Amino acid sequence: MISQLTIVLFDGFAFGMLLFLLSVGLSVTLGMMNFINLAHGAFGMFGGYVAVTAMRQLGLPFLAALPLAFISMALLSVIIERTLFRRLYGAGELNQVLFTIGLVFVAAAVATFTFGTVQQVIILPDWLRGSVELGGIRFGVYRSFIILVALLVTAFLVFGLERTRLGAQIRAAVDNQRMAQGLGLDVERVFAITFALGSGLAGLGGALAVEVVGLSPSFGFQMLVYVLIVVSVGGLGSITGSFVGAALLGIGDVAGKYFWPEIGSFLIYLLLVAILLVRPLGLFGKR
Amino acid sequence: MTTPVTTPMTTPGAAQVEPRDWLRRRSRWSPFEIVFWLAALLPFLVLPTYLPLANQVAIAALFALSVDLILGYAGIVTLGHAMFFGLGAYFAGVISVRGWGEPITGLLAAGLFAGIIGFIVSFLITRVQHLALIMVTLGLGFLTYELANAMHWLTGGTDGLRGISTWPVLGQFRFDMWGYTAYAYSLAVLFICFLLSRRLVNSAFGLALRGIRENVKRMPAIGADHKKHLRLVYAISAAIAGLAGGLLAQTTNTVALDSLSFERSADVVVMLILGGTGRLYGAILGTIIFLVARDQLAGINPQYWYFGIGLLLMLVVLFMPKGILGFLARLVERRN
Repeated sequence: MISQLTIVLFDGFAFGMLLFLLSVGLSVTLGMMNFINLAHGAFGMFGGYVAVTAMRQLGLPFLAALPLAFISMALLSVIIERTLFRRLYGAGELNQVLFTIGLVFVAAAVATFTFGTVQQVIILPDWLRGSVELGGIRFGVYRSFIILVALLVTAFLVFGLERTRLGAQIRAAVDNQRMAQGLGLDVERVFAITFALGSGLAGLGGALAVEVVGLSPSFGFQMLVYVLIVVSVGGLGSITGSFVGAALLGIGDVAGKYFWPEIGSFLIYLLLVAILLVRPLGLFGKR
Repeated sequence: MTTPVTTPMTTPGAAQVEPRDWLRRRSRWSPFEIVFWLAALLPFLVLPTYLPLANQVAIAALFALSVDLILGYAGIVTLGHAMFFGLGAYFAGVISVRGWGEPITGLLAAGLFAGIIGFIVSFLITRVQHLALIMVTLGLGFLTYELANAMHWLTGGTDGLRGISTWPVLGQFRFDMWGYTAYAYSLAVLFICFLLSRRLVNSAFGLALRGIRENVKRMPAIGADHKKHLRLVYAISAAIAGLAGGLLAQTTNTVALDSLSFERSADVVVMLILGGTGRLYGAILGTIIFLVARDQLAGINPQYWYFGIGLLLMLVVLFMPKGILGFLARLVERRN
């Protein structure tokens, strides 16, 4: 029983860390610009395709494919942000929701044209396969790797936000956009950088997720709900919130499906609604 | 408290007009409307092979109408309204399986059931706004879906609900395989609900809803109990959505889990936006365009459909934020 519980906690936490990578960018950009970008998961999807294609066609190693997914999605997102999304910052939330849902549809169709509907597989290097035994419990090596990457990213983000000039600018823009603008801060530029970083992280998360949840053109939709739950439960603009929200959701999802397969997902949504009714701004939301 | 002093912001030059006169003028029938409803009878004569599609359009239009009441008029953004559609469908289906197949009472019961659940849920909905509101509606939608999936003994789960048999309407009109009765029945329900909704939005209550949509904070300041208004319209909208779901169950004799799905919630919002919110006719027009286009395009290749609908959504949001009807209305205004 204890070992089962440990393994569920471990797997759940690893899944949660994937969700964290996929959603933290959305949380920060939403907190800053109040722009509801439902297409955030689509960057994760294309990040996955970039990694798979780079390994298969170009023969890149796995560890090189991950940064490639990050960089390509960061670039793509800046192009989309500058050409399309910026027109919608003043628009109502409904228009933002619809526009970005439209983008998810288009992204899914483009992915189908290019890659087909089949599930993509990623070939992991040998050292990431299998599992290690620790105290009689077997831990997956790849899941440990995901946790490691996510923790590194978190440390990097927290350090960057707290200690760097850009971090201070981002915090100022999230706290009070108009005031920051009034003090001469180029909020649009800060936002574009944040957006690129966030989408890049989603791309990285997507590349890491291929082995765990699979990759097909419906990835953007599959992950959309998870990402939204993390963002709304954690609270907008909060890295801590996204981390806690993602960990809770990941563990809850895996535990629910393991111990109560019949009503596991039901419990997740019940929890979501309950949390939002008690704390409409999320667990760590300020505004 | 005498006559309300809210002046509708939507019509230019209305500031001098008494609200009641304005409402009365709005509720007059225009020739366009009469032509529109006469045209709704055309499928019987011209396109009998498309009657099943026409039936689907009528049901979806009713559903879109219910969403227009809360989204278009009261400004409640929802991504989970299929919850009430599905509840109505399952309710109508289950009572038919359990031995009561009389369509009209069954349909009314389904609408009532969805309306009661809607009223209960409205207490939750009015507590939250913005992203939290979208997420709560989304969460409740998924919740209902999972609940129906888990209650296999009642709903049939992923296999769908089997064994529905609907008795003839009014004891006379049997549901035929060409869909004559089905379309006539659905169209009649749509028309009645449309009349009710039209009366509703052209009343003082409808004006109050618009006021809430335009500015939630000022409504309490002029003494309007905005939460009560929102609860009421949400319950009405849920009841209409339940009727639409009940129609689907009765005219197709099946209920599947997809009647509760997120896709249905999202599709209906897309249809509404396409046609134009806050106009009632936008809901119907958007549904016709959406479903006919899907019927044609999906026949060629479903991927074309996804690409097309996605692109269309983006274009509509960018260039026609008030939908096709809003766009047309602006063209007409400019010409005058």
